[in-house]
Amino acid sequence: MEFALDLFTVFTLLAGALFFLAGTVGLIRFPDPLTRLHALTKVDNLGLGLVVVGLVPQADGWVAALKLVIVWLLVQLSGAIVTQLIAGAIRERGPSA
Amino acid sequence: MTSWFFGDAGVALLVLAIGASTIFARKTFDAAIAFVVYGLLLAIAWVRLSAIDVALTEAAIGGGMTGTLLLGAVARLRSAEPDDTRLGLPIQLATGFCCALVAACLAAALLLLPETIPTLAPAVMENLADTGLGNPVAGVLFSYRALDTLLEKVVLLLALLGVWSLAPNNAWNGIPRLRLYDRPNSTLTFLAQLLPPVGVVVGIYMCWVGANEPGGAFQGGTVLAAMWLLVIIARLERAPSIGQLWLRVGLVVGPAVFLAVGLAGLVLANGFLAYPPGHAKAFIVTVEFALTISIAAVLAMLAAGPPQQVQQE
Repeated sequence: MEFALDLFTVFTLLAGALFFLAGTVGLIRFPDPLTRLHALTKVDNLGLGLVVVGLVPQADGWVAALKLVIVWLLVQLSGAIVTQLIAGAIRERGPSA
Repeated sequence: MTSWFFGDAGVALLVLAIGASTIFARKTFDAAIAFVVYGLLLAIAWVRLSAIDVALTEAAIGGGMTGTLLLGAVARLRSAEPDDTRLGLPIQLATGFCCALVAACLAAALLLLPETIPTLAPAVMENLADTGLGNPVAGVLFSYRALDTLLEKVVLLLALLGVWSLAPNNAWNGIPRLRLYDRPNSTLTFLAQLLPPVGVVVGIYMCWVGANEPGGAFQGGTVLAAMWLLVIIARLERAPSIGQLWLRVGLVVGPAVFLAVGLAGLVLANGFLAYPPGHAKAFIVTVEFALTISIAAVLAMLAAGPPQQVQQE
């Protein structure tokens, strides 16, 4: 059981790291601000989400696990809001910004 | 051991790289953003050094609050003067020389550290039970080095006085000119309605838990200040006029309570800033709560900037 959980953690952390890598590559390589934001949100949602899912079985008790999930939710919230604000600022200034 | 080594080396290299990019950044805005990243990376480094209290403070103050102040300064500089002024070669050389001198002194101090470092840590851990606290950092801050902590909070007030004294005469008792959006932004309003209840709980928790776990007045106060600023920026609530009595009381309540407890120590215990035996924790927690209010108020007002002329409405 222990081994299966560890295996699960390793797998989800690697998957999360893959999303971080892909998001970072997108952030550097994508041509305009809106698509770069799009790449960034995948890191927030799925990358961190998978990392949190992987860490929950390793957490020290259910309170610690709940804290991890709350951290993910808060990052989701701030990430989504900041993305909206940046995208709004880009639209106001025009696509050249 | 070795698995940590690569991670630690990576963090150290990143800190150096981001530090360099802060210095070499062409635009002040880029430098400010790099500085925020630098603060967050330093926080990770502090966690690796098992200094969680310092890491929390670095993330809150070094990354968050200082970043806000720097970005405010960048915005103001942009409107004030063009950014194409280049310093003369002699000044550049002198600046480089002074920076190199400071770096050399720091490096020398590090390299000349004695083999066995003189430490008071065992003495702190031995006597920590007398304070009733579980967090040795809080014990040092409020019991053994209480005078430093008190003066540190007074310095915060002096810094705020410095910012306020930038106001022109007719703007005195005006409202700080923190205005990022000309009209309410619905996304920001949503965040400012959703986040503060969570943030206020987190801020108070950080202050409360500081007695026994990493946390404390500074970290909690910074979170509360951030929530207040968010509400002001989203225009849900106006920034208060700096002449408001409740604001002034809030600004000084922390140092005032600290000073009062310190003076009470002359009567109840055996000296200034000493706590009566057996009741140390109650006094320390009282002081911490008062300080949290003051720190939140001072930091929020620092970020809000100097007051501007009151507009007739």
